Amino acid sequence: MTELTPQSIDDLRDAVAGALATGTRLELRGGGTKALIGAPRDATILDMRGLAGVIDYDPAELVLTVGAGTPLAEIEALVAGEGQMLAFEPWDHGRLHGAAPAATIGGVVAAGVAGPRRVTAGSARDHLLGFKAVSGRGEIFVAGAKVVKNVTGYDLPKLAAGSWGRLFAMAELTLKVLPRPRVEATLAIAGLEPGQATTAMAAALGSNAEVSATAHLPAGTMQGAPLTLFRVTGFAPSVEARCAQLPKILAAHGAVQRLAEHEGAALWDAVRHVAPLDAPTLWRIHLPPSRAASFVAPLAAQGARWMMDWGGGLVWLGWNGPADTVRAAAEAAGGQAMLVRAPAAIWATTPAQHPRQPGVMAIEHRVRLAFDPAGLFETGRFLDLTNAD
Amino acid sequence: MSIQMPLPDQAVIARKDEIVAALRAIVPGEGVISEPAELLPYESDGLTAYRQPPMVVVLPETVEQVARVLRWCHAQQVKVVPRGSGTSLSGGALPLADAVLLGMGKFKRVIEIDYHDRVAVVQPGVTNLAISQAVEAEGFYYAPDPSSQIACSIGGNVAENSGGVHCLKYGLTTNNVLGVELVLMDGEVVRLGGRQLDPAGLDLLGVIVGSEGLLGVVTEVTVRILPKPETARALLVGFPSAERAGQCVADVIAQGIIPAGMEMMDRRAIHAAEAFVNVGYPLDVEALLIVEVDGPAAECDYLIEEIAAIAKTNGATTLRVSNDETERLAFWAGRKAAFPAVGRISPDYYCMDGTIPRRRLPEVLRRMEELSQQYGLGVANVFHAGDGNLHPLILYDANQPGELDRAEAFGNDILRLCVEVGGVLTGEHGVGIEKRDLMPEMFTATDLAHQQRVKCAFDPELLLNPGKVFPTLHRCAELGRMHVHHGQLPFPDLPRF
Repeated sequence: MTELTPQSIDDLRDAVAGALATGTRLELRGGGTKALIGAPRDATILDMRGLAGVIDYDPAELVLTVGAGTPLAEIEALVAGEGQMLAFEPWDHGRLHGAAPAATIGGVVAAGVAGPRRVTAGSARDHLLGFKAVSGRGEIFVAGAKVVKNVTGYDLPKLAAGSWGRLFAMAELTLKVLPRPRVEATLAIAGLEPGQATTAMAAALGSNAEVSATAHLPAGTMQGAPLTLFRVTGFAPSVEARCAQLPKILAAHGAVQRLAEHEGAALWDAVRHVAPLDAPTLWRIHLPPSRAASFVAPLAAQGARWMMDWGGGLVWLGWNGPADTVRAAAEAAGGQAMLVRAPAAIWATTPAQHPRQPGVMAIEHRVRLAFDPAGLFETGRFLDLTNAD
Repeated sequence: MSIQMPLPDQAVIARKDEIVAALRAIVPGEGVISEPAELLPYESDGLTAYRQPPMVVVLPETVEQVARVLRWCHAQQVKVVPRGSGTSLSGGALPLADAVLLGMGKFKRVIEIDYHDRVAVVQPGVTNLAISQAVEAEGFYYAPDPSSQIACSIGGNVAENSGGVHCLKYGLTTNNVLGVELVLMDGEVVRLGGRQLDPAGLDLLGVIVGSEGLLGVVTEVTVRILPKPETARALLVGFPSAERAGQCVADVIAQGIIPAGMEMMDRRAIHAAEAFVNVGYPLDVEALLIVEVDGPAAECDYLIEEIAAIAKTNGATTLRVSNDETERLAFWAGRKAAFPAVGRISPDYYCMDGTIPRRRLPEVLRRMEELSQQYGLGVANVFHAGDGNLHPLILYDANQPGELDRAEAFGNDILRLCVEVGGVLTGEHGVGIEKRDLMPEMFTATDLAHQQRVKCAFDPELLLNPGKVFPTLHRCAELGRMHVHHGQLPFPDLPRF
């Protein structure tokens, strides 16, 4: 497979302009940790890893500008060194597909990746302040800015996050960074049924005890009994006060125990990376948290394995049953199902992303054409190239 | 009055009677306003220096009526300007002489509140404050709090991506909206997002928020609601210089503290506010900081001490800590009254809204003072210090010939300065007409073309809120042109519209 390896934004523009002239389709790739997501395709790989490095980082301004190909691990280490973090808790998809960690910042933002803290701190979309990119017209342009508060012009960074490289090739990203909590504690209730768990998680998220994340692992996932987790983070006196307050708030739901720090950290790492679910077919379902328990029940009865994050707003489902069944159930629950891991035969026929209403698909199509009129970045990966009208 | 609106199309104005009749057929009774005297209340928004009565006002009550009005206007090629409560400070809802003004004020219903999923579903005419009031009894609130929150509508907040004093910690509108129902210019009704986080596909909702009424008309909004923090406490800190106050802000953040609010006022703003509300602001300081922390009581107590220590290190000359709610509100009273207070010391004032990297603050204030001398107009500064969002208030007298033009020119120079130091033209008020012609200071023609093509994807005939945001109205066909090789685009098999 052909690969292009731009080392600068000018190289990137030349690569795109060249593809435009020759009619070559391009697939943007960072570390390739999500390359297995989507239908098989045969496009020229545009390897973004040459556009790496920190361009500007001023911790006091809460702003970081980096090359799109910079490894996520490198950025996390850099900001951690200044007592900061990417608050959306991005994570490396390598483990999902049995590969080594290699995710780049451009890749996690373009895929809209967020971890357990998403429920309280927002997603990649909420932390991408600006970017510099090359559009499918072969033109360099910027959008957003390098300050934390800005409403000048359309919020194109929102479109960039979660665009899966289908609009333009980001060369540089400006991200909001935030202080890393000094203390992290994990509380847990054992033995809750799914419905009880979502109610308990809602009670915690709806209280002023300010949990930063809450997840539920059903029976058999970790140590046998179901485990509902609540993460409390912040300054030591505040964490202590809230850890004392939460058992009272959750008294009606069950006995709350505080886990040892290393045990809590290991559990959150497992939740973030979906470690407990090893089915060949893995779905990510985003839905209103109050619908999560009734969504999983009939699928679990058919043998599906699952776990919940984001207070129930995210259900991970490991099940080799029909895609239509999963999608219909997700839709009935007011949500959507994305396929993130599957055997090749399924990828060939099942779109990774949940189909939208025809009217919305039509707008998306027009927006894609606005940035990429020749369809350079349309590799067929998402099986949605038909005209929705 | 330096900003020009697109020239009205006399042929459309000549069709006024026909247009009014068509609108009356869709929205009966008093929902269509066409008498010149009755149009006057709609002639401007919060940017009152610009006035233009609309051709006609329509106030629909149902989504179907909105869709029919837009579909009819689209078919007849009549322009439409959407309006919420009309509090925009950037002229986003300024009418056009040849356009229908579409007022969403009758969409006032809170449709549903779900405390389990922590969302409120509301119609766009519900005020920002009314959302918080609707959920207050259960201990919840809606976080973004623009200072006009008593009047401004959530639909307007979505259009402008409104902020407020708490947005460093809680985000702007865009970070607190989960879904909208939207009517496109051709009358099509679509739903973007919902009650779930991060819905599938392109984040169209993200680009609708802050699109200033140019992409569609929002007819329903789903917002996130948050549990009210247990406590809030504030510090009032005076400094002998803006540099010291700025360093204190930087040090607070460097210590890992994100306060709920962090506001700065300069000497002129302090004096004006104190003369107006008498809350005991120190008058012998150059800069005043109000720092508010919220959350569990234990956290607030801890952070108050940390911040006080940082303030002392930076040479604070006054330092007061609120010990009860009355005192906390008193600290805020002066800041919240800063605009009317400045209104007492000057016949008129013009509020600016740039954002800068905070480290450049001393330089920006110094150069603003030079500009003030140069233009012969005073300026008072209030400043969302945590996120670098400046609100210089330029003092002028509209009855003095030429002063408004001078105030505008001064304001434009301030915004150019913001961009020059790495900042932006607007932090929360929007571009509207006010900063429209300054857009090229921040964006190249290529950057702007990439933005405007998004407009074309929603409203290819540019009928919705024209004359706002973009300095030059390129026809969409012109923007869409590609360099074509041998008369053929690549991928001839690719479906296109």
